[in-house]
Amino acid sequence: MRLPRSRVSVRGLRTALCLTLAAAITGVVTVATSAPPAAPWAPPATLQETGLYSDWATKTVAPGTLLFSPQYPLWSDGATKTRWMRLPKGTFIDARNPDVWLFPVGTRFWKEFRFSRRAETRFIERGPEGWRFAAYAWNADETAATLVGENGLRRSVEIRDGVSHAIPSRADCRVCHEAGPVHILGVTALQLSSARDPNAPHAEMLPEGAVDLDTLVARRLVRGLPPAVTSTPPRIAAPTPLSRAALGYLSANCGGCHTGTGELSSLSFALNYTLNRRADQLAPAMATAVDKPSKFRVPGMPEAINRLCSGHPDASVVVQRMASRNPLVQMPPLGTQLVDEEALRLIKRWIAEDLTPSASAASAGVRQP
Amino acid sequence: MMRARQIVATSGLVAVVVWTAGARVGAQEKPAAAAKAAAAKPAASNAGQVARGKYLVVGHGCNDCHTPYKMGDNGPEPDMTKFLSGHPADMTLPPPPQPVGPWIASVSASFTAWSGPWGISYTANLTPDKDTGLGTWTSQQFVDTIRNGRVQGHGRQLLPPMPWPAFKNLNDADLKAMFAYLQTIPAIKNKVPDPVIAPPPPAK
Repeated sequence: MRLPRSRVSVRGLRTALCLTLAAAITGVVTVATSAPPAAPWAPPATLQETGLYSDWATKTVAPGTLLFSPQYPLWSDGATKTRWMRLPKGTFIDARNPDVWLFPVGTRFWKEFRFSRRAETRFIERGPEGWRFAAYAWNADETAATLVGENGLRRSVEIRDGVSHAIPSRADCRVCHEAGPVHILGVTALQLSSARDPNAPHAEMLPEGAVDLDTLVARRLVRGLPPAVTSTPPRIAAPTPLSRAALGYLSANCGGCHTGTGELSSLSFALNYTLNRRADQLAPAMATAVDKPSKFRVPGMPEAINRLCSGHPDASVVVQRMASRNPLVQMPPLGTQLVDEEALRLIKRWIAEDLTPSASAASAGVRQP
Repeated sequence: MMRARQIVATSGLVAVVVWTAGARVGAQEKPAAAAKAAAAKPAASNAGQVARGKYLVVGHGCNDCHTPYKMGDNGPEPDMTKFLSGHPADMTLPPPPQPVGPWIASVSASFTAWSGPWGISYTANLTPDKDTGLGTWTSQQFVDTIRNGRVQGHGRQLLPPMPWPAFKNLNDADLKAMFAYLQTIPAIKNKVPDPVIAPPPPAK
């Protein structure tokens, strides 16, 4: 059937529909609701007001603010990132579950993103009602960083080749940080372990002055960790350094959402690497992804059936989705506009070399007691 | 009994209705046809929720875009045989016209295909069809979709003219009521095409 088209303004399109379209384009909210939720938290208007710096002019970080660096960084289109956290005085992190730390009310986190210059600083605070999210955009001369609106900012600083960094909407903050049980994605026993993985894509040296798990435990800012985690710095158990790095990358970049629980539990797909499991249990990625069929079909790739296809990187749906920035295909679905080529090479090599049927895939990722 | 349990595991809220109905009549084997009929008719336990959902779906104009329009005696009117089933899969459309001056958007006569700076969007199938509609969705996935503006709460972004920036202000109870109602309408198999998403604007 072939139907005629009409412009938005022509007869037949009702006024209400036009208003709806306008609202959708502009983001202006026009529909009244019968029972609006309670008044939301109002983020500070500037980064300065969040308390990160004690001296704004010199960018001196306030006392008690801890610099940290996860060993498996999240890919953010090549941004250079700096991260800080601050606990309210006299409080500590409850780490009885080493994979899901509980933070006291008042805990604050900041993450700065730089490309050719500072682009944004994200701010997360633990409020009594839950987590609070805000993002601050730096001006061109880096003298001010002001609150970005609820809908984010698609055109921030240029990354390269005409591609702009995008500052996420507050809804997108929640999509990532509230998708699973871990809300602060880079702050876990594994991520802060002193046994850092030198092969992690985009691995950073621990910055001078940064805290790691050992220092947090020694300063009693992290308490309750199981003895197995404190006796030996936690690390991913894997048969090869390549497998270790691959499992770490997938955990940090995909395992925030793909935990096998919550709203995505019907996928039975988990890429988060957990310390809190029996020693004889496979790492979730090994158990749920290797030679396990995907529900997604990659357009034009009928041979890509399994999430990770042993020995065949190009027939692996995970690889195809990592390699795409088509919004209908790409993974992760948000927070990145450029393919992580370094990680893609790593994951391909891992599938080709370590996930061959003859390899000891059955033992990969079994946690060492 | 076992059949009812299996349905509960696979079909979300509608199945809860089935389970509730089955539990009330006792631990008997429920024929598939009866289970289907029970699914189509809301159980007393959530009748109020479904009624509230219908009120909201009708009052918020879901029909305006998610039911294809056809030309009738009174001009364009929704084709109720395709109630809330989204852009018809068998409808062939030419490329949209190029925007002229301040006119930046176009819409098909069915009101189910929209073109603008975001690309081309096709309205979704909101019926409980398991393959092409919301039949396998959970109530929470529906809430998250509206709240986050992403498919099933985590996937690709919803595109204009879907007014999720307005609807996200509805409370959870109302969004769940809308979903409960949508699960009671006739399932229509209609695979809506994927959108064509415009590339992001170039850097300044």
